[in-house]
Amino acid sequence: MTTLNELKPGEKAIIRSFSNEALSSKLIDMGCLPGELITISRLAPLGCPYMIHVSGYELSLRKAEAMTVMVETLS
Amino acid sequence: MSDLSANTHLKIALVGNPNAGKSTLFNALTGLNQKTGNYSGVTVDRYEGKCSHRVGNLQYEFSILDLPGLYSLYPKSNDEVIACQTLLDEKEKIDVLVIVADATNLKRHLMLASQLIDLKFKTVLALNMMDEAVQQNILIDVAGLSETLSVPIAAVDSRHSKGVEELKDLITKAKVSDAMFYDLNSEVVKEKGSYKNYIRESLQTTQVQTFENTDKIYRFNIINYLLAKYVKSPAQLSQKEMSSKIDAFATHKVFGYVLLLFILFLVFQFIFFISESPMNWIEQFFLQVGNYVHDAMPAGQLNDLIVNGLIAGIGGVVMFVPQIAFLFMFIGFLEDSGYMARASFIMDRLMRPFGLNGSSVIPLISATACAVPSIMATRSIKNVKERLITIFILPLISCSARLPVYTLLISVLYPNNTFLGIFNSKGLVLMAFYLIGFTISLLTALVLKKIVKTNEHSFFIMELPVYRRPQLRTIGILVYNKVKVFVGEAGKIILAISIVLWFLSSHGISKEYKELDEQVLAVQKSDLVSNKEHVIKHLESLKLENSYIGDLGHFIEPVIAPLGFDWKIGIALITSFAAREVFVGTMATIYQSGESNKEEGIKEKLLKEEDVYGHKKYNTAVCWSLLLFYAFALQCMSTIAVVKRETNGWKWVFAQLIYLSVLAYGSAFLAQQVLS
Repeated sequence: MTTLNELKPGEKAIIRSFSNEALSSKLIDMGCLPGELITISRLAPLGCPYMIHVSGYELSLRKAEAMTVMVETLS
Repeated sequence: MSDLSANTHLKIALVGNPNAGKSTLFNALTGLNQKTGNYSGVTVDRYEGKCSHRVGNLQYEFSILDLPGLYSLYPKSNDEVIACQTLLDEKEKIDVLVIVADATNLKRHLMLASQLIDLKFKTVLALNMMDEAVQQNILIDVAGLSETLSVPIAAVDSRHSKGVEELKDLITKAKVSDAMFYDLNSEVVKEKGSYKNYIRESLQTTQVQTFENTDKIYRFNIINYLLAKYVKSPAQLSQKEMSSKIDAFATHKVFGYVLLLFILFLVFQFIFFISESPMNWIEQFFLQVGNYVHDAMPAGQLNDLIVNGLIAGIGGVVMFVPQIAFLFMFIGFLEDSGYMARASFIMDRLMRPFGLNGSSVIPLISATACAVPSIMATRSIKNVKERLITIFILPLISCSARLPVYTLLISVLYPNNTFLGIFNSKGLVLMAFYLIGFTISLLTALVLKKIVKTNEHSFFIMELPVYRRPQLRTIGILVYNKVKVFVGEAGKIILAISIVLWFLSSHGISKEYKELDEQVLAVQKSDLVSNKEHVIKHLESLKLENSYIGDLGHFIEPVIAPLGFDWKIGIALITSFAAREVFVGTMATIYQSGESNKEEGIKEKLLKEEDVYGHKKYNTAVCWSLLLFYAFALQCMSTIAVVKRETNGWKWVFAQLIYLSVLAYGSAFLAQQVLS
């Protein structure tokens, strides 16, 4: 288990849980569901925010927000 | 015969996720037959439109409400709160709900759809962007899905107005769905009697509901099952690959910024230079109309009111149209293509420390031309706090209306246009003032970031939609609506203030004023006066000094004296509340400089002006004090009118007015004390 911000671009992972309740409900609205496949497509030029691929579309998250997403990498 | 009693006037609400193509569908349904308003008390725009539809011999009239986009019925942003509240407001009397969903993004869009279906309105589902779904080999069993959801489905391509007639047909036949998608065993919902009641109560609190995530995940599970059953899509979508390729360029650490810089350069060119000619045409047109009316009507009070108050005032409002139109042409293009979200993405890290949004760059750059269209352009900023901060600081950016004021004062300050012998003083001082404006605006943003509190969570969780070819119709309607809102709403305030200013400057209470008025008329009619133009100019100057504004100038003199300003400058400060550049014209009238070469003439007059002790009046201290005053003061009624409209109230207007006045007065005072 690690947090989303630890992933390298292109690395695949499965969402397991969230560590912030207020954020988790917003993330679920946006299709970040436990059990869902998630990857970081690319980083913004200055390292933050991240472009995330999840539930079939692209989403932009800041580092602080990505840190609340617990993921399990697929090897 | 039951058809005859059918309700043919239907109130329809369009609901759906942001980026579901809701506004394009709304445009396709209503065309220009729409009006923009505000929801009371908030800064969210309300779009309503009308259209009609014929089925057999029945003529239906639809009034359509385009609700703000939302992700779920558990709202997180102000837009979403308004959408939910309006939806559940009995007073809205919604007959039919049209759920708009992106056929290429069904998973998230059906989650919201399932919640909406559970509200038990008469419902139709519009599967939008069906053309893209077909192109990408996404196969949707529409009939099967419709049966399971128990909702009629229209396959729509709103960008090309396809399937719209079929959607209208289905609207007339809409019924309440038999299906339910919430967990029927849920005690929370059972307790409230219905899902609608439960949602209505959950809207009362801003707390995260314990049942919320359970409810949504339950729905996503059902939807995964439905998607597996009714939708077949290829592993790789061509459109997504295309978008990803564009992003490799558009968010690249070098090319990304080069592209953004190029776009900002274009915006700058258009609203700074290309707008200039149409603005001149408009000015000339209203001048001509004014002259024509002036000659056609009998001279007198009414003539003066219509020509110098009304026509000049309307001209002053219409003047802004080219800049607003050009700016929104760009914004429409950037938003509809999907680029705006990327600009926000690559600028976020730079703007965030100041409490600003990545999307704040476009308003900030366009404010160097004019704050008015820029303030309107802040609608692209979805976060309320970041939007308010951007609106608040925009008038600090040095705009083009300040240029004539700066130019005049700098030429008085450095008459031979050099500084330390070698530098072009005008260039240097101008640059200094652009930098001062920019620096103070960022510092202000930093402070506001700490004090402004909104009840909204500050998320930067933002959708990056796929790139699409922008639609001319969408951009055209956006430009049209923005111009309409500006002229119709902000225009009223601008017109009212300009008529008040006209009245104050062309009327006076004193006996002298009335005598002067008669003298001007006498001179105009007389053939005996040899130097007619000169005499009239002299009388006009005396008239202004004796008008209400002249009295006001004297009245405020004690207040502005510490800044080194006399009552004559006081007059110019009041008249230039209309727009900063009016300062130059008023000074020209007061000092009776020649019409032909106004700036040179007035510069000479100001250089010769002396105070009671015979010292130079416009010395270094006074010039800098005036320069700084104009750099900061909110000397622009149009900005005030547009901030009122965009923040939907006077609270922010007053906060801004007070802050900028204190800043202007303080810095001018400081300059005067230090330099004199």
